[in-house]
Amino acid sequence: MYDGVVADLIDELGRLPGIGPKSAQRIAFYLLQSDPADVRRLAEVLVTVKDKVRFCAICGHVTDEETCRICRDPRRDSTALCVVEESKDVIAVEKTGEYRGRYHVLGGAISPIDGIGPDDLRIRELLQRLTDGEVTEIIVATDPNLEGEATATYLARLLAPMGLTVTRLASGLPVGGDLEYADEVTLGRAFAGRRRLDA
Amino acid sequence: MPSYRDEAIVLRTQRLGEADRIVTLLTRGRGRVRAVAKGVRRTGSRFGARLEPFGHVDLQLHEGRSLDTVTQAESLQSYGAELSGDYPRWTSGTAMLEAAERLTPVEREPSVQQYLLLVGGLRTLVSRTHDPSLILDAFLLRSLAIAGWSPSFWDCGLCTAPGPHRAFSITGGGALCTDCRPPGCATTAPETLALLGALLSGDWVLADASDPRHRREASGLAAALVTWHLERGLRSLPLVERG
Repeated sequence: MYDGVVADLIDELGRLPGIGPKSAQRIAFYLLQSDPADVRRLAEVLVTVKDKVRFCAICGHVTDEETCRICRDPRRDSTALCVVEESKDVIAVEKTGEYRGRYHVLGGAISPIDGIGPDDLRIRELLQRLTDGEVTEIIVATDPNLEGEATATYLARLLAPMGLTVTRLASGLPVGGDLEYADEVTLGRAFAGRRRLDA
Repeated sequence: MPSYRDEAIVLRTQRLGEADRIVTLLTRGRGRVRAVAKGVRRTGSRFGARLEPFGHVDLQLHEGRSLDTVTQAESLQSYGAELSGDYPRWTSGTAMLEAAERLTPVEREPSVQQYLLLVGGLRTLVSRTHDPSLILDAFLLRSLAIAGWSPSFWDCGLCTAPGPHRAFSITGGGALCTDCRPPGCATTAPETLALLGALLSGDWVLADASDPRHRREASGLAAALVTWHLERGLRSLPLVERG
């Protein structure tokens, strides 16, 4: 057993997601053997990120200013709004380079079994954003799992009467996968969303 | 460590590490089992959507010390895809999954009746033959009965004097006669008690014809019974969208 600050460091590292006791011990000893300047820089970044990073007042994406880079950008299409669960989903969609609209981060998905209902998500803020009538299309890009689908159903039911076009990201076979390994639900979705091939 | 094969309903999933999930299953032969599904969150996973909640699956599992490992999964029926497109039914179904998990507190203790009740409940839920709120309440009352906490809605819950009785006590086991009712005991509409009895026994003709006012009262009593016996309410029950 380790004493004092070494034990504290291992305990703290072990609280991080995906880090078990062995990994925590390995990281702790890596830090002990590292250059002090490197460790100080890591510590400063950790403190700075916690002090400075906040959520965008408009869309809920992580930012170090009042509003995020995407909400400040006047070149973005303000008629399209992509609704995602988490900030990391914004990054995933941005990486595609296919979408030039704006985002709204819900902060999760409806999950009754975990006690998370619609009131625990940023749905009220989403409705407030739609009051000026600028947005004409809502792209629901929640995760393609049951909770994400149910959240999409809930949003569609809420938004459709407002006269908006509500769309959902297509789902189906993964590019590079084998058809024989596709499960029934995924293959069924792929059939439902099949498209015409133009010669 | 041996391998085994069993049918199961996926009750819940939790993220584990980079791409894995812990799936909580209600199996036909071994009761509630928790197992690791490796790589299931990757888009190219061979499990795909088979191990999502509401999935009725035929599984091959490898027995582990604390958690088993899913090695193969074949879908028997997927109720989730249909339920997620109907918000009231999905929330009712989620409460059924949570109730099934909570009413099988001991892992690996066979509970065939709970398993069959859940499969039947989910089938009824997707068949759209009855109101989802009624199906949920029927499921809760029958799950309690299987767990040994069958309430009485006709005879007195204490002295078994034949009913109907108007007094209802959660702690007293259901309907109570005038001699057994404690001071301040709540009274319930006879139609509500008849509805609760119908839901417990499967009299759907009576249940489907019931008045919305009595359905609301019955739902409240069913939820109170579950909360009393489980000592802690179901988290999903307040989020169920009832008609």
